[in-house]
Amino acid sequence: MSISPQEAKRIAKLARIGISDAEADKIGPELSNILGWIEQLSEVNTDNVEPLANVANIDLKKRKDEVTDGNIQQDVLANAPESLEGYYVVPKVVE
Amino acid sequence: MSTYIKGETGEWEMVIGLEVHAQVTSNSKLFSGSATAFGAAPNSQVSLVDAAMPGMLPVINEYCVEQAVRTGLGLNAQIHKTSVFERKNYFYADLPQGYQISQYLHPIVGEGEIEIDLADGTTRKIGITRLHLEQDAGKSMHDQHPTKSYVDLNRSGNALMEIVSEPDMRSPEEAAAYVSKLRMIVRYLGTCDGNMDEGSMRADVNLSMRRKGETEFGTRTETKNVNSIKAIQQVIEFEAHRQVEILEEGGEIVQETRLWDPNKLETRSMRSKEDAHDYRYFPDPDLLPLTFDQAYIDAINDNLPELPDQKKHRFMNDFGLSLYDASVLIAEVSRANYYEEASKGQDPKLTANWVINELLGALNKADLDLADSPVSAQQLNQLVARIGDNTISGKIAKDVFALMMETGKDADIIIEEKGLKQVTDTGAIEALVDEVMAENPKMVEDYRGGKDKLFGFFVGQVMKKSQGKANPGAVNELLKSKLSG
Repeated sequence: MSISPQEAKRIAKLARIGISDAEADKIGPELSNILGWIEQLSEVNTDNVEPLANVANIDLKKRKDEVTDGNIQQDVLANAPESLEGYYVVPKVVE
Repeated sequence: MSTYIKGETGEWEMVIGLEVHAQVTSNSKLFSGSATAFGAAPNSQVSLVDAAMPGMLPVINEYCVEQAVRTGLGLNAQIHKTSVFERKNYFYADLPQGYQISQYLHPIVGEGEIEIDLADGTTRKIGITRLHLEQDAGKSMHDQHPTKSYVDLNRSGNALMEIVSEPDMRSPEEAAAYVSKLRMIVRYLGTCDGNMDEGSMRADVNLSMRRKGETEFGTRTETKNVNSIKAIQQVIEFEAHRQVEILEEGGEIVQETRLWDPNKLETRSMRSKEDAHDYRYFPDPDLLPLTFDQAYIDAINDNLPELPDQKKHRFMNDFGLSLYDASVLIAEVSRANYYEEASKGQDPKLTANWVINELLGALNKADLDLADSPVSAQQLNQLVARIGDNTISGKIAKDVFALMMETGKDADIIIEEKGLKQVTDTGAIEALVDEVMAENPKMVEDYRGGKDKLFGFFVGQVMKKSQGKANPGAVNELLKSKLSG
């Protein structure tokens, strides 16, 4: 699978990462190489092999439906560049 | 039944599918121990997991899993013993993780179906494609400041069930009936409170149009976050006409996400979302697949309450109620329970009439919920019993009921206090009949001369003299024999 510079720019935009045209020209082939490398895995025949989610044979850990967290408004807002009356304040994001 | 839209060049059929987001009823969030209660101070129900601080790991709430399985069983759907959580990646201010943990290729619940009840007294089956568990996002407020948005993450991480229907609906009415029934089912199950005002249930409306008789689907649009049944119907009406207009002019429908504007009553394109469908899903490396065995499903299944449709069919079969009466009574569990209590040992049809026409009417007028009814189910049961055993007539019963609503007293006490007991003593009624006939000799003559219609007049006069307390059956009989004699 080949990633064109345009495709690289689009992926960067979706991830909100700014890259220049020059960077896109460089990153495109790099990503293509990585994907090509991963594609080698498809050479392995996996017919009739169950997907393996982990090697330790453990189940998803679950918790009880109890309120054990929260009520730390100050803490969760501590790193916010701007906050007011308990809200995060961000640049306007609306249609 | 399809309702067709008449265009310039022919008739068009609507094809509607709905994605309903229902907030799971639980104390804490899907992947964190923060509370879920509505209306708390901003960001007070947020943990470091919900705020997506680096290094925080999600741990699933087992009760939310149980609720999803319960809902799936209520939708007569397949339950998948293995399902997988994936990351749905998109960028928005109220999504601190930069992705929503959701299910994509392997949802917890697969295909099912529910029955919807239509106004013309028919029912239809609507297919369910799937139900999956996912996280809710936070909430943004855009109207508080000219250049800033305010973000509250209290809702962030709440468990949602996304319930996706097949494109089986053909009219706004069917879509409304589908959402009503879905809401009823989750409320019966206790898996979602169905409160659309608080956003506990909201729908994305998928709609495409095709010419009448066409079997292929047209290109659809998706209108996001519609939060009332009325608005869902308005969206469908608006989108259907908008699409027909474009198609008739030879244009093409753009497959896109649209937004409902409840003030202008129109949908409009969310152009900025053009990349939004590129979510780059992948299995969440923080979470193993969710697995359980058949015994787990069976245990939940064994404890399911009676569901709306089962109750509806039981009311129709066991009590002989009409589809309409049964549908009204099962709309709320509390209403159905009230009815069953009130009808114990009484005529079920008569009790249904009293609950639907008198009780619900009076409560509605007084702006009261059933839970606050001054007349309890046991008290209504007694009133219906007094009609059944001829202590009072149906007409007097209405007066007694009005007093019960006003005072909360038992029917028997009011009947006693007001002396409303029906007169069944034939001697006493005979005396009244004689009186009426003596006072109206001309009428008696006319009646005997063939004016049958006057019979009603005599009944009315006797009832009036008895202050409504004479047994109507006895009055009829006595009058008939006396007048003909």
